[in-house]
Amino acid sequence: MALLEVTDLRTYFRTDDGIVKAVDGVSFSIEKGKTLGIVGESGSGKSVTCLTIMGLNSKRTTITSGEALWKGKNLLTMGAREFRDIRGSEIAMIFQDPMTSLNPVHKVGKQLTEAIQLHRDVTKSQARARALELLKAVGIPRPERRIDDYPHQFSGGMRQRVMIAMALVNNPDLLIADEPTTALDVTTQAQILTLMQKLQEEFGSAILVITHDLGVVAEVADEVVVMYAAQVVEKGPVERIFKRPHMPYTWGLLGSLPRLDSVVDRLVQIPGSPPSLLNPPRGCRFHPRCPYVMDVCKADDPALLPVFDDSDHFAACHLDHETKDREAAKLIAGMMAQAS
Amino acid sequence: MIRYIIRRLLWAVVLFVAVTVVTYIIFFIVPANPALGLCGKACTQDDVKRVQAYWGLDKPVPVQYLKFLERLVVHQSLGRSFATRREVNDIVKDAAPVTASLVVGGVVLWMLIAVPLGILSAIRPRSLLDRASMVFVLVGISAHPVWLGLIFSFFFGYKLGWFPITNYCDFINPSTDCGGPVQWAYHLFLPWATFAILFAALYVRMIRANVMETMNEDYVRTARAKGAPEHQVMRSHILRNAMLPVVTMLGMDIGLALGGAVFTETVYALPGLGKTAISALDTFDLPTVQGIVVFSTICIIVFNLIVDLLYAWIDPRIRLS
Ligand SMILES: Nc1ncnc2c1ncn2[C@@H]1O[C@H](COP(=O)(O)OP(=O)(O)O)[C@@H](O)[C@H]1O
Ligand SMILES: [Mg+2]
Repeated sequence: MALLEVTDLRTYFRTDDGIVKAVDGVSFSIEKGKTLGIVGESGSGKSVTCLTIMGLNSKRTTITSGEALWKGKNLLTMGAREFRDIRGSEIAMIFQDPMTSLNPVHKVGKQLTEAIQLHRDVTKSQARARALELLKAVGIPRPERRIDDYPHQFSGGMRQRVMIAMALVNNPDLLIADEPTTALDVTTQAQILTLMQKLQEEFGSAILVITHDLGVVAEVADEVVVMYAAQVVEKGPVERIFKRPHMPYTWGLLGSLPRLDSVVDRLVQIPGSPPSLLNPPRGCRFHPRCPYVMDVCKADDPALLPVFDDSDHFAACHLDHETKDREAAKLIAGMMAQAS
Repeated sequence: MIRYIIRRLLWAVVLFVAVTVVTYIIFFIVPANPALGLCGKACTQDDVKRVQAYWGLDKPVPVQYLKFLERLVVHQSLGRSFATRREVNDIVKDAAPVTASLVVGGVVLWMLIAVPLGILSAIRPRSLLDRASMVFVLVGISAHPVWLGLIFSFFFGYKLGWFPITNYCDFINPSTDCGGPVQWAYHLFLPWATFAILFAALYVRMIRANVMETMNEDYVRTARAKGAPEHQVMRSHILRNAMLPVVTMLGMDIGLALGGAVFTETVYALPGLGKTAISALDTFDLPTVQGIVVFSTICIIVFNLIVDLLYAWIDPRIRLS
């Protein structure tokens, strides 16, 4: 049984302008100790997917359906108390912006021990010892001095380390990281990614990492889910997605990968911008931006189907598979040529 | 932190000098000769001159101001009333507890109304309670304290007879016919309500906005992601942050509140600083007015200072910078 099994997840927000279908039929699963990457442009519903799994959407304005089975139990229908015991202990989450994710009026030590004491029956000093241990593990220099500092006394990278420490403090089975490196500079990004991988080996947690950067996925993920306009358009093991991507949107994302040797403007390869989720296009949601668009794309929404000879790899596209194989091969060859 | 305190103290001194200079100037551009009033209608030109010399009114304004400062700093004296010849210190000493009772009780009442109402309507926006509190805010903001005071004393005092309409009772010593905490609070209830409603309305709105804004902060989401129960999220993460600006506002509004107390004291005939100052204005009793202004200024400055330090103490971003 998968650790987390999400099936046909839908999250709709009631707003003054109408219903925003921020997540519209998303399915994926995560195995114990593995890393799943969700990738897609900003506004494709990645964050809302995570927040829904964590039960962190405002109840008043949200309509949720589908299933998110955690060790066999549906999180979406779980009682508040039971969910609270899982949140922060079995499933932990870190967020995009470390500058605003820590409470400015509490010492970081207090914020860590709070996380411990919410789930474990330990004394203050035991909690503090555990907090220190974690601050050391995430590479904060002189943790016994820094533990009584306030968040504003840390740099962005250090704050994200504190967030990671806080998330791992109860040995979660799953760590959800929503764009953990987006707000950081390039050097710090690499450090945080390396740290996450090292800690995954140490703690054995599964990781759900969200990013708009396929480079991050290539580095850390075992499985990839590509999201576009609130839906999954392609998913599969990471090496298949990178060797033989089967969806023009993924090609666009791959084409916009920043390369080490050249500074390319990101996302310049996909013209246009993602559609509004208030009123997404009919048919394939990517068709207005797709260079391969056919008549059928404007009328019918393609189903997410296994690639003909690879039952682990799914894609949602009306193109015939010869064309997809040909175009994918061209793209990969081009990338290789550029890299060498 | 030390530098912060020193800066605040220096600022307080500057503020003090500025306010006293301004009251002095205002008084001397008012075209009235206090000496005339002082010695009465039967005075001759010479008498007026003598009176002026006696009170030091013949000296240039800057000299008078310096003398006033000297008296205040060296002898801690606010001078003598033109009208009654009483020490202004004594006048202030009598009036200040009345105003203090009104303001302190009023502030407590206004926070008692504003904090729960603001928080509850932020938690449940558009609920019945939220709508009701918005009506309260509208009424509270548009109603003038004098009008409110008259309405209150007419209905609750005169018609229903629940509360006394005038009079002040001393908190400690029953020097007059009434005294003691119960009588004190009983007599002050309507003034407190009158005084508190405008500010309560302003603060309900502010607290509601602050709490709603803070609820959307990332660190609140972090707290929930840790598995913190709602009441802990509210207390330890939302309120702690949402109340920071309220503390500052309270410090700034206390000056404004003293101004508002003038109306309330007038309506309910409370012998506080406001009413005393108004009466003194009628008789061009410069030392009394000046004394009350100076005393109030010192109070406001000290209070602001306390609030600033309190704020720095609860907000580590200031304390540690
Ligand atoms: N609380 C909300 N109410 C209404 N719309 C929302 C809310 N949260 C997110 N959305 C909308 O849902 C869409 C997906 O958002 P999000 O999941 O944050 O995208 P991303 O993939 O960049 O993380 C966006 O169009 C966003 O405007
Ligand atoms: Mg996001």
